[in-house]
Amino acid sequence: MSVGIVYAGVGGQGVLTASSIVGKAALLSGMNVVMSEVHGMAQRGGIVVTEMKIGEAKSPLLGQGEADIIVGFEPVEAYRILKKAHPESYVIVNTEPIIPTTVSLEGKTYPDVKQILGNMRDLHVVSLEATELARKAGNVIATNIVMLGALAKIPVFPIKKEILEEAIKKTINPKYHEMNLKAFQMGYESISL
Amino acid sequence: MKYENVIVDEPGRREFLLGNEAIVRGAIEAGVGFASTYPGTPSSEIGNVLFYVAKKAGMYFEFSTNEKVALEVSAAAAASGLRSMVFFKHVGLNVAADAFMSTAYVGTNGGMVIISADDPSMHSSQNEQDNRYYALISGMPMVEPSNAQEMKDFIKKAFEISEKYKLPVLFRTTTRVNHVRGIVEYGKINRVKREGYFHKNPAKYVILPSVARRMHMELLEKLKRVEEETNNSELNRIEGNGNEIGIITSGVAYNYVHDVVKELGLNAKILKLAFTHPFPKELVKEFISSVKKVIVVEELEPYLEKETRLVAQMNDINVDIYGKLNGYFPRAYEYNPDVIKDALEKIMNIKIERNAYTPEEISLPPRPPILCPGCPHRATYYAAMMALKQLKIKDAIITTDIGCYTLGIQKPYEMADYLLCMGSSIGTAVGFSKSTKQKVIGFVGDSTFFHAAIPGLIDAYHNKANLVYVILDNRTTAMTGHQPHPGLPVNGMGEPAPYVDIENLVRGIGIDFVKTVDPYDVKETIKVFKEAIKHEGISVIISKRECALLWDARRRKQGEWWIYEINQDKCTQCGLCSDWLACAAIFKRKDKDGKVRIYINDALCDGCGVCATICPFNAIDKKVIR
Repeated sequence: MSVGIVYAGVGGQGVLTASSIVGKAALLSGMNVVMSEVHGMAQRGGIVVTEMKIGEAKSPLLGQGEADIIVGFEPVEAYRILKKAHPESYVIVNTEPIIPTTVSLEGKTYPDVKQILGNMRDLHVVSLEATELARKAGNVIATNIVMLGALAKIPVFPIKKEILEEAIKKTINPKYHEMNLKAFQMGYESISL
Repeated sequence: MKYENVIVDEPGRREFLLGNEAIVRGAIEAGVGFASTYPGTPSSEIGNVLFYVAKKAGMYFEFSTNEKVALEVSAAAAASGLRSMVFFKHVGLNVAADAFMSTAYVGTNGGMVIISADDPSMHSSQNEQDNRYYALISGMPMVEPSNAQEMKDFIKKAFEISEKYKLPVLFRTTTRVNHVRGIVEYGKINRVKREGYFHKNPAKYVILPSVARRMHMELLEKLKRVEEETNNSELNRIEGNGNEIGIITSGVAYNYVHDVVKELGLNAKILKLAFTHPFPKELVKEFISSVKKVIVVEELEPYLEKETRLVAQMNDINVDIYGKLNGYFPRAYEYNPDVIKDALEKIMNIKIERNAYTPEEISLPPRPPILCPGCPHRATYYAAMMALKQLKIKDAIITTDIGCYTLGIQKPYEMADYLLCMGSSIGTAVGFSKSTKQKVIGFVGDSTFFHAAIPGLIDAYHNKANLVYVILDNRTTAMTGHQPHPGLPVNGMGEPAPYVDIENLVRGIGIDFVKTVDPYDVKETIKVFKEAIKHEGISVIISKRECALLWDARRRKQGEWWIYEINQDKCTQCGLCSDWLACAAIFKRKDKDGKVRIYINDALCDGCGVCATICPFNAIDKKVIR
């Protein structure tokens, strides 16, 4: 058995760091983990997706319907990756959009966030204002850690909250531990299931 | 120290490592004394890690000027008795191919491993060539790992194979092995041999025709012996049992096969191959004789499949073989579990439930890769675009090159009309200038300039081409993750190093019109572009400004941060910043009052301030963040 998690967002939001923290936490918990990430062009502003399996699995990529949890750092990017979900999946959505340049340059429309969330209502949707919470915690850069706080509360997520916090401390510069742990706690408390 | 966990001598320790980090660990465990590279995704992080750990591990490491040089320096180190490792992306092997072919003939003394990181699906490449065929044309043994643990373990095996047969070994990886993180268990670290001695032997190492004729025969003899080993190697193993279905697979595809077979509870046995050249004919003969159906699963070209069919034909084995050649598997793009399931449905005539959620179709705005906020290339392209507009030139041919700046192809700049490969910006610019009357402007990055563009620029000068050549000097090899290059005062060991001044180098060729600009000074940059475009002959512009990501990282570390904000009282919503500079952090939003306004995203803005300098209404203000 394994738990499939997909993290999707925009370059610059700390998607790789967040998923890597979960991987370290899995190792600390004595679980097997395999994770696929993207590198290369467009470090900021482009789409970033990482895929992960925790448990007995070898595939670095998930098939359709294999994501038990989708961690959407941005509403449209959460929606774009939904085909990886199954009808019982949890979808965590940061409700603050990052509007791509194709809106002003090519006349594309950014859909209403309410519509995006409404369309997902058949799934277990958990939405939060992660970017705003990070600002309140002290820096917008901690948005990814707010998302991890929300992830820690998902019932099918197999890693203990304390171990995730330990992995955050092992990854992030000690100077910023306090702010990040605050952001983590705010994410954790912001959702109710 | 960064990456300290990679070099700690603690057998049995478990770490969550990237495939490329695991390669470095394997090299350190193998006692590699010498390594070289030119950065290229998906191989780049191998070099990034070595940059931090090589000195501490007691080995030599260099970022070479290009892949050919990288292979040559490592070949000489191996000839001197050291264990040497050279690595690059798949197309890098094209650059190194001349030296690569000869190393198979002359062989090695110390072990030599050549890592090719292929990129199925072309996540960051211009093609998806399958470099396993390089093992065939050169006659090199080849190893294909499947996961992070094998990256580490098989590097060590590859060195043993290389030393046993005195042949370099091709270690062929793909994106989803290089860029996969998994748990890796450490082994013990062997002592590094850092100093060798070259025992002269011109009859082996000087590849004159008379030598080559003899060495080719020696190579063919060696390959016969290596093939015996591939048939019995522990790198090639059989999992499971059953006499109905046999699956032959290698590399990353094995993982998908493993998980799907397990999920479906399929009674199949798997021949997992990792030592794939010379092809283990005897092993495969026995395997395909023991089952009724053979399925060959491999990404890209049907290498294993063709060899398997050959074994069947030569041994009169009448078994059904399913692969790409009869249309069951795709020959392009990377695989995933669904590709395996789709094929199994056809082969076994079954239906596999996917339990996938089908989201309601809504129109989502595309988010293509774009230049980062603060990227100096954006300012350079903006200036070039404005200069061409002001001069009313509409059909200038823009040759571009390999780097982040290829993204200048995007609207509104549209600064990319022709691209072949590393360094092609200048050769193709010469060709266009000689075959059309259109204005020709070439763009190249600093690292790419050193890599392959200098011979082209000499060609342009000697053959009197008429063109503008723009060297985008962002003081790093940015796209692959910020490696140093010969223009910087630091080398692969992290030591101070002499550097090559680009302006002096260009003047040294004999070119007179050479101007260095700071692209953040947009006004001056537009002026210089206009002069250069009007100049007859070659004009070279060096647009020099450090990569924004490096600048950002430094300021974050120092706790200095500021961004820019639109002052809505002054802003006329003219759109110069959002539609013409088109920074990724600037966006338009329809507010609750129904009016569309321009804003700057505080999470993406990096404070470069170029938008503020071009704003005609002084409506963009700096805001310091504590």
